[in-house]
Amino acid sequence: MFKILHKRKLASDVICMELEAPQIAKKARAGQFVVVIGDEKGERIPLTLAGWDRQRGTITIIFQIIGYTTKKLDRLQEGQFIFHILGPLGEATEVKKVGSVVCLGGGVGIAEVYPVSSAFKQAGNKVIGIIGSRNKALLILEKEMKQVCDELHITTDDGSYGKKGFVTDILKDLLVDKPGLVYAIGPVPMMKAVAKLTKSHAVPTLVSLNPIMVDATGMCGSCRCTVDGKSVFGCVDGPEFDAHKVDFDELEKRLNLFKEQEKAKG
Amino acid sequence: MRQAVRRQDPKERIANFNEVSLGLSDQQAMLEARRCLQCKNPQCVKGCPVNIDIPGFIKLISEGKRFKALLKIKEKNNLPAVCGRVCPQEDQCEKFCILNKKDTPINIGALERYASDSEIIEDEQGQGHQEKLNGQAKIAVVGSGPAGLTCSADLAKMGYEVVLFESLHIAGGVLSYGIPEFRLPKKIVSQEVDYIRSLGVKINTGCLIGKTLEIKELFDQGFRAVFIASGAGLPQFLGIEGENLDRIYSANEFLTRLNLMKAYLFPAYDTPLNIGEKCVVIGGGNVAFDCARWAIRLKKKVTLIYRRTEKEMPARKEEIENAKEEGLIFSLLTQPVKFLGDERGYVKAMECIKMELGEPDSSGRRRPRPIKGSNFTLDLDTAIIAIGQRPNPLLSKATKDLKTNDNGTVKVDKELMTSIPGVFAGGDIITGSDTVIAAMGAGKKAALSIHHFLRDTS
Repeated sequence: MFKILHKRKLASDVICMELEAPQIAKKARAGQFVVVIGDEKGERIPLTLAGWDRQRGTITIIFQIIGYTTKKLDRLQEGQFIFHILGPLGEATEVKKVGSVVCLGGGVGIAEVYPVSSAFKQAGNKVIGIIGSRNKALLILEKEMKQVCDELHITTDDGSYGKKGFVTDILKDLLVDKPGLVYAIGPVPMMKAVAKLTKSHAVPTLVSLNPIMVDATGMCGSCRCTVDGKSVFGCVDGPEFDAHKVDFDELEKRLNLFKEQEKAKG
Repeated sequence: MRQAVRRQDPKERIANFNEVSLGLSDQQAMLEARRCLQCKNPQCVKGCPVNIDIPGFIKLISEGKRFKALLKIKEKNNLPAVCGRVCPQEDQCEKFCILNKKDTPINIGALERYASDSEIIEDEQGQGHQEKLNGQAKIAVVGSGPAGLTCSADLAKMGYEVVLFESLHIAGGVLSYGIPEFRLPKKIVSQEVDYIRSLGVKINTGCLIGKTLEIKELFDQGFRAVFIASGAGLPQFLGIEGENLDRIYSANEFLTRLNLMKAYLFPAYDTPLNIGEKCVVIGGGNVAFDCARWAIRLKKKVTLIYRRTEKEMPARKEEIENAKEEGLIFSLLTQPVKFLGDERGYVKAMECIKMELGEPDSSGRRRPRPIKGSNFTLDLDTAIIAIGQRPNPLLSKATKDLKTNDNGTVKVDKELMTSIPGVFAGGDIITGSDTVIAAMGAGKKAALSIHHFLRDTS
């Protein structure tokens, strides 16, 4: 059982929880994730590690309330317990000094790009952040991202904050300067658009994929994705892959597999 | 005459999720136990990977001492309720029974189960099994499947302090996530796990060795030896076109969703399973039959695709018979070639090719070979791939000194010690997929090896 130490709302449907998990905190690295089961009857869902404090022995998870499982998670309050957390899982980001790195986060993906941006900054890179959401109310972690980025750009779909449009609109201009690396996390269409754009500029690009998982330890193959024509497991081979080699269309279809059940259960 | 185990009627059982086998009645058990010749030099024991005193426990049953029979079994076997249900006795103890020469062998498996099912009542009367720790060394066991549970129990009985690490939220390994409720009720598994706990074994779920903690850290934390029993959890796929279409599952995923996560009780439980009406299961082992029989219980039309004939199937005969009674359709000498999908990305058909049997291969079974031009298309909306599992590479990848073979199994010496001193391994992680009882045998052997190792090094 994992105690919820702090809980706060980052945006209307985005929740941040700090949890007591000393063993995981000790091992956590940027790019990794945990599997969370809210209660005994809950399903196993992967959530990126948005932060950790080794001294306090805590980890931070951020999730968007999109289905019954995240709805149930949101019902848990400070002082209550999460049934099960396994981690840290997946390969950590290979953080090297490459010069300048453009880090893109879309929607709740901003929570995931934050520790990665921070790690690239600490490794001595110039970090340019681009974060985007549908509207101002849904934008999260602006302040935190500002602290770890040399430059931070903001976009909203409706123009209610920052520049109107998509994160790729800003990226387009930045690619002229040939950054050493582009790193993107967000909805599949966003990552696909980033990959298409950077490929045409031949800029190395990593994406962190979010396929459906069950055990998340390499046992079930639910998270299999096609990368470079080969089938790989998102949980143990990833979650990060070369964006130019990922079959995003397949990923998107696989992510829709349980949509009907999700709706039926409400 | 050999007493046949009572079973649920096929028509009834496919409409529920309960155990198919109902075990022996008291009278049947008595009759069966009395058939045992009580051989002076019992051959059956030699066929048992954990050397249970088989005539000994059968005699106790014949005297009406059911619980004492269980204690007799537990001298050697820590998971009797499991073994009585899932051991392939026909290839082990019963194969060597002297009665085979004249008649039919003693139904040892059914008697083991009969004895073990007495425990529930007795335990409630406070017959604890708590053994005292004798202040000996701390040992870490990785993986709570049959090998890990057995090794932990034996070490605890010797007085060691054992911590068993399990990555999933429920202990039991394949007993929990793999074998279906209707063959091995999860209540039985949890009772067996509770028994192991009662011996003083501490079970840490939610700890993935190789990620949450590494082997080196276990030694830093004061563990004196480690037993790796992480099993063969890596699912094999066919490697054919269209395999990542929706509604194509590995057997592991299909079974884990149903057994461990209880997707059959959705929406009371949160884990969903999305399958259509026409299911195909590919494979001929016990796992394939487990998947097929699950799908039948979910009221689907189910076809089993196997590239050889029934004779070469590795599954237990009993399971094949059960599946036939339940209405499983067989498409033998058939090999999948590719999957075809619809616009949503769901699988809608599978192209197959007919096979014929050629010369025997290294396994002694006749090798299947494709018949040119025999391709045909099978309509389906769900496919489950059950063509075997390999050792999960996660731990060996994370532990650089741990040597493995080309097929991913961990290298061990005769005493089951790996390339790292003090680190032992056993079960499917060293053999590839094998039976529950073979893994238990390895667990017992490792417990002794660890005991000898610690005695010699301290």
